[in-house]
Amino acid sequence: MLASLLSSLPVGAPALPLDEAGKYVAGAYVVFLVLLVVYVAIMAAKVQRIERELRELAGFAETRTEEKAEREAEVAEVGGG
Amino acid sequence: MYGKGLRTLSIATVATLALALSLTFFYAPLDADQGFIQKIFYLHVPLAIVALLGFVAGGVFAVLHLRSGDSRWDAYSYVSIHMSVIFGVAVLVTGSIWAKASWGHWWVWDEPTLVSFLIVFLMYATYYPFRYAIEDRERQARYASVFAVTAGAFVPLNFMAVRMAESLVHPRTFATANGGLPGEMMLTFLVSFAAMGLLWTTLVKFELTAKSASGQLKRLRRALDAPAPGGTSRVAPEVS
Repeated sequence: MLASLLSSLPVGAPALPLDEAGKYVAGAYVVFLVLLVVYVAIMAAKVQRIERELRELAGFAETRTEEKAEREAEVAEVGGG
Repeated sequence: MYGKGLRTLSIATVATLALALSLTFFYAPLDADQGFIQKIFYLHVPLAIVALLGFVAGGVFAVLHLRSGDSRWDAYSYVSIHMSVIFGVAVLVTGSIWAKASWGHWWVWDEPTLVSFLIVFLMYATYYPFRYAIEDRERQARYASVFAVTAGAFVPLNFMAVRMAESLVHPRTFATANGGLPGEMMLTFLVSFAAMGLLWTTLVKFELTAKSASGQLKRLRRALDAPAPGGTSRVAPEVS
């Protein structure tokens, strides 16, 4: 087991032909890129959710301000009449 | 607050990553022993070093949190560890690909560098269940900080132990014997390392900005949720 493992070690081994090595190098860089893209996509989804919630809250705050203004107008009317 | 300078940092990161890739594939010479496969080195090793430094940074932020009680440092610690775990996944996968190409095996259990990194990675993988098993926010932050300090101290100790172990198979990046890396390779490696460091910092900042925005949104929602006089709450439930 150990002997077969040691015989497969890269010490003194000739360089892999480019076509064979190329797929491993491409694989490693693609894995890195995919991880990065997945992370950025998750973060983009989070930012979109925050934006949506912010819009909801802005709408809610505006409605509340309008309702408050209406109530104040009603109170002023009752007081004046 | 966290988003300050994020745009500049992102541009610097993209530029440095592009430079690192260009140097890797068009400037650095082919390794005499491994040939083209050695190009993985410029990705795998900087990722590993940055991930380990990130774990240590998480421990340093945790110390600051324990000393000051400021939850900002806990956020820094959490995000540093989180990012380093993601980098750790990339390290393990790229390392396995390199091992398969060089050694003919996806994993070698008697290689101390590989196994010690796996141990560190698995240790930090337990950070999430450990942290979220505690409901009380303050206790959660405190216990997580203790974990981050302990684990963060383990990382350099582990690194030194591996360096001291005699290994025949894992290459030494900065070996002084046999000349170490040639100039072009060293330059490419240093640029790649800077690119990975910048990427880690940018992503940490990005994550902190998103977390901060989300937290402020929750506070705003709570503040607005207070029923208006004569009115009823119409705010949707909190989205965690």
